[in-house]
Amino acid sequence: MTQIDYSAFDTPGRGRGLLDLFRYRYLLRVLIGKSTSLRYRNSVLGWFWSYVRPTVQFLVYYAIVGGVLGIDRRIESFPLYLFSGIVVVNLFNEAFAAATRSIVGNKALVRKIYLPRELFPISAIVGAFTHFLPQLAVLLIVSVFLFGWIPSMTTVALTLGALALVLLFIMGIGLFFSAVNVRFRDATNIVDIVRTIATWSSPILYTWIMVKEATSSVPWIFHLYMCNPVTVAVEMFHHAFWEPVVAPEHRHGWPPEMGWYAVASLGIIVFAIVVGQIVFRRCERTFAQDL
Amino acid sequence: MPRTASVPTQPQPRIIVENVSKWFNKRSARSMKDAFIAIIRRQPVRSKQFQALKNVSFTINEGESVAVMGLNGSGKSTTLKLVSGVLEPDEGRVLTRGRVAGLIEVGAGFHPDLTGRENVFLNAAILGMSEKETRARFDEIVAFSEIGDFIDQEVKNYSSGMFMRLAFSVAIHVALDVLLVDEVLAVGDAPFRAKCNAKLKELAAQGVTMMVVSHSRGQIKQLCTRGIVIRKGEVVFDGPILEALDVLEKQ
Repeated sequence: MTQIDYSAFDTPGRGRGLLDLFRYRYLLRVLIGKSTSLRYRNSVLGWFWSYVRPTVQFLVYYAIVGGVLGIDRRIESFPLYLFSGIVVVNLFNEAFAAATRSIVGNKALVRKIYLPRELFPISAIVGAFTHFLPQLAVLLIVSVFLFGWIPSMTTVALTLGALALVLLFIMGIGLFFSAVNVRFRDATNIVDIVRTIATWSSPILYTWIMVKEATSSVPWIFHLYMCNPVTVAVEMFHHAFWEPVVAPEHRHGWPPEMGWYAVASLGIIVFAIVVGQIVFRRCERTFAQDL
Repeated sequence: MPRTASVPTQPQPRIIVENVSKWFNKRSARSMKDAFIAIIRRQPVRSKQFQALKNVSFTINEGESVAVMGLNGSGKSTTLKLVSGVLEPDEGRVLTRGRVAGLIEVGAGFHPDLTGRENVFLNAAILGMSEKETRARFDEIVAFSEIGDFIDQEVKNYSSGMFMRLAFSVAIHVALDVLLVDEVLAVGDAPFRAKCNAKLKELAAQGVTMMVVSHSRGQIKQLCTRGIVIRKGEVVFDGPILEALDVLEKQ
């Protein structure tokens, strides 16, 4: 028999997880390009919808929460406060849902051709992110022209930091739920519930000070509340866009021990990515037969 | 300094399949409720009921063209999917060397709302080609598919023949070491089929290793030198193609 050099061989179907994304970056780019160019095919207004939906959502919240519930009178420049928070939560909701659907949605490919399957949730997340950029543009324009906002190095750093927090967090939980969704379609429903909670569990329609006052007898609830990576990101957006335009006496400042909350949310993100990747790797072996 | 031709070494294998078994569960829990009930009733959540492959072993050497034959449901396609990496074996192992790509259901990555051109780039990328390679071969791909000006039309407006021709053309122009062919050549009209077969032969002559699943005797005889016959998940014959065809006939 011939001497076989096993080191030259690969085991088909075994990728290197998220690390494969670097090797397959061209394919990733093509997949993202495909989903963005397909998003508004056969729609008359096209990308215009990317502006319409958040605008309507903003107006509804502004009318009800701001006007009817009277928050508008309690928070200075409430429209900007609301909008700068809501874009972050929208990004989270949009990307999380897209990532969860990604494997099942690409059934045809997953069943027939081997690709590192991490590509699907990641390209879904990046696709959702491109969808978020128009909202960010609107936020910048509104801040500058209606509220006299002046960008600074701090605001840039806070914005980028917040986006990194949200995207990395979604990467972890998106990997987890996209994999679970293959075997159990219940995952979609769980994700819907999480998204509903996400809208209300971050201080976009109220302030962290109100939460702190409401939970002053049980402080750990507030600690837990602030450790949510989305909440931390929302606060960073508030500090980047809203705080600079309001008078110092109306600012909220950072919650006490904000540093620890940031560290805790980073810990949660790392945990989510590690668990998400492990679960994804375990489930991925049977994707083709479970779909 | 180019070295003088080294002593011809034994050909290294491209594909090794070692004691591979694969089970499929006929019914799996589709929701958490089903799984929960199954756990309570102490029924297996993932029942291993149907064995698709039983202890299959074979080795395919560099440059060989091997046909995997058998009746419907014998496990041919499962074998191919294991080699391509879409499925993983439950027992044993599969190893491959070099770039493996499959004509497994060509067109799986095609999107009807994209133009032919966009689909070529998308699918070439899915099959592992870089942007540069795709650009370099783009004209060749279009010419082979005989699509002509339709390349900038959306694929949903193509006839099914045109669709398959373009899909096949992309798949066959991917630079690779191992080509997996799964009953795709039944598409297109006779002249195009002949062209595909000629192209496959050309690839085989270039030293591309091929693993073919097909029911077409003529095609197999033309293309392959060795046949593996699978019956109910077991290899019952592995040898020269003509004998393999005889074995298949007697089933």
